[in-house]
Amino acid sequence: MYKIAKENLSALFRKIAESQELYLPIENCGQVNYGVWTEDANVNIDILKTVKSPKDAFFPQSENLYTCVKEDKKISIKAEQLKEQDFVVFGMKACDIQGVEVLDKVFLSEPVDSFYKARREHGVIVAMACGEPEETCFCKVFGIDPADPKADVATWIIDGELFWKPLTDKGEALTDAVKDVFAEDSSADAKVEAKKEEINKITEQLPYMKLSLEGWNGDSLDEKFNSPVWEELYKPCLACGTCTFVCPTCQCYDIKDYDTGHGVQRYRCWDSCMYSDFTMMAHGNNRNSQMQRYRQRFMHKLVYFPANNDGMYSCVGCGRCVEKCPQSLNIVKVIKAFENQGGEKA
Amino acid sequence: MSIEANEEFKPKIVAFCCNWCSYAGADLAGSSRLAYPADVKIIRVPCSCRVNPMFILRAFEKGADGVILCGCHPGDCHYSTGNFYARRRMTMLFSMLDYMGVENGRTRVEWVSAAEGVKFSTTMNEFVQKIHSLGKNVRLGDLRCRN
Amino acid sequence: MQELIARAKELLADGTVARVLGWKAGDLPYNPEPAYFEKEEDFKDFVYNSFCGANLSKFMIEASKLEGKTLVCLKPCDTYSFNQLLSEHRVDRDKAYIVGVGCKGKLDIEKIKKQGIKGIKSISGAEISDEADTLTIDTIYGEKTCAFSDAMLERCHVCKGKEHKIYDEIIGESKETKDAERFAEVERIEAMSPEEKFAFFRKELSKCIRCNACRNVCPACSCRKCVFDSTKFDSSQKANVDSFEEKMFHIIRAFHVAGRCTDCGECSRVCPQGIPLHLFNRKFIKEIDELYGEYQAGETVVEKGPLTSYTFDDVEPGIVAERG
Repeated sequence: MYKIAKENLSALFRKIAESQELYLPIENCGQVNYGVWTEDANVNIDILKTVKSPKDAFFPQSENLYTCVKEDKKISIKAEQLKEQDFVVFGMKACDIQGVEVLDKVFLSEPVDSFYKARREHGVIVAMACGEPEETCFCKVFGIDPADPKADVATWIIDGELFWKPLTDKGEALTDAVKDVFAEDSSADAKVEAKKEEINKITEQLPYMKLSLEGWNGDSLDEKFNSPVWEELYKPCLACGTCTFVCPTCQCYDIKDYDTGHGVQRYRCWDSCMYSDFTMMAHGNNRNSQMQRYRQRFMHKLVYFPANNDGMYSCVGCGRCVEKCPQSLNIVKVIKAFENQGGEKA
Repeated sequence: MSIEANEEFKPKIVAFCCNWCSYAGADLAGSSRLAYPADVKIIRVPCSCRVNPMFILRAFEKGADGVILCGCHPGDCHYSTGNFYARRRMTMLFSMLDYMGVENGRTRVEWVSAAEGVKFSTTMNEFVQKIHSLGKNVRLGDLRCRN
Repeated sequence: MQELIARAKELLADGTVARVLGWKAGDLPYNPEPAYFEKEEDFKDFVYNSFCGANLSKFMIEASKLEGKTLVCLKPCDTYSFNQLLSEHRVDRDKAYIVGVGCKGKLDIEKIKKQGIKGIKSISGAEISDEADTLTIDTIYGEKTCAFSDAMLERCHVCKGKEHKIYDEIIGESKETKDAERFAEVERIEAMSPEEKFAFFRKELSKCIRCNACRNVCPACSCRKCVFDSTKFDSSQKANVDSFEEKMFHIIRAFHVAGRCTDCGECSRVCPQGIPLHLFNRKFIKEIDELYGEYQAGETVVEKGPLTSYTFDDVEPGIVAERG
């Protein structure tokens, strides 16, 4: 295992950025989000949760698909190039990594999304164990270990030092490229084990970690769908897209055309099931009340997705929606509401 | 880009003109053979108060370098009061653009009556000159609309 | 809070109101949500504390369509929004029973967390009856304290006053929490050079994720269908492909509520990216005050607002360039 002092991390970042793009948590106007590293970027790796999840690195909020250009009477079509250069995403937490796995299920199964696939192939994930999990975290509910993230490289911050452990071939290759800045530490394993234990002790105390997902599966579809509980739960919902846009697993997108005056750009952008024009079709919309939209989001995460993906939930317990919802609604409240009220048939 | 830099800057200017006064003023300027630059593209609107702030932002988005709104003189509106509302709205919009760091002078309101062909042409000449001095609009505009 | 609950139950029991619109306690110490209470047993979850920042007046648009009266808990600043909605005929006064609830400033959990306080188990000092100047926060990482005023929402620092502008009855004491000038930030930006202004807003707006929370929470944004929800509009709603879209959205959002915005501060409260959206609204308020005379939207029910009226001698739009 390798290590580097925290204050020397910029040397590591510089080294990585020499040959490839480096995404990491950057503070801008008081908020931390993933962004591309530059020499004067205000890096903040102590942050537990960025506002937006790092899914942008693989599935950007908006991206061009192709451009039609009109010249005189000719129209030419220019396809957007797929990602060809390697890049590194540094500091992803265990929940966000699981989030990428959820996206894989969607975008890497047939028909494969070539834009996403290219990014996945070229992206190297450097994971970081959670230092101080918060009361909004509930990753363990989904079997995620915040102390032991699984990615190309795993890192831990212990007493002002970053410990670096490559786990895959991609991770080894990256490690070889930046080895110069590291020191070796033979006693690291013991330190990391101690740290893991410490993190696990903290997670024991967190209020949401013992949430029960009993009954949330494909078998309960009708019962959950028809439950009167939704009618109560959705009421304060503003129909904004905050929960979907900060979520590491929300994968719905919309495809739109933009008229540039001399052509058309076709782009895709994240969509939100909270919006009134979500899945709008020629005949209109198949969910026309906010209750239905609200239900859709949670049914998708906890019922439809596991039913179609061998029981894998499309929630990873990162707690971003818990923190960010303007009206303090969230998936935890939904799960608890069904627990309390039994979710009887309507 | 280097070729473009050598090219002469040809501003794109959008002029919203009310049907009853300013559009007729432009007509008069034309029939009196008063010259104004061809960079000005006129969009006729029923009344100056038909122009909502979105029109102006959309013009900038799609590549305009300057936007001017012309209407009847206050008190002469064909619909009695339309231009009074337009005046307040545009004052608000312009102050917001200024507040956000868009150069002053890219937007303008001028009252031009149907009899003021001369005023129309001098206003447009002045405005085009002003935009020339400000240069290309880079702060308001969608990158996708650039060539 | 007990007085409020008792009175609400009483009004519910004697049939004066059909439902109560208030706040329901969340599962964390700081996340109550707006909720309706229709039965006496529902009130076990009823809560009113310093984390109940949400402005409930917009809910009254929907509640006005329901059968019977709705008891709504409004804080002093929320009553401005209610008045404004009345002016616009969006709510029905006869369908509302307004209980003016006391307010001594509302808290912003983000500001508490910004101070490095995390793993929160409980918070004391946030009860409306407490007169504590400091919050004591019990966390899994030990006990922390935080000054109440350091954790207050931005809007409470420029509090409009402790008076309820419209009510049927008042329960609880209010306190004016103003300790900053309302337009100080706007003036600071006005004093910048165009380059600095541009850089400032570009930086702030670059965080925008187009979630539309600022629009959807706004009591003045009550159009049935927003222009930004139109499918015929190519730079619409969701994407942030280019920085222009955020600019357009935020200018139009603020413009559409200009003269109607009561400065309730909900937009800035809900922004997940902490964009100071009130700076747009306040700029318009400041301009209206300076150019058309002092005006506070929602102070009373009015026929016409500043942008739906005019005088013959109004200043010309050229003033913006002239004053430099």
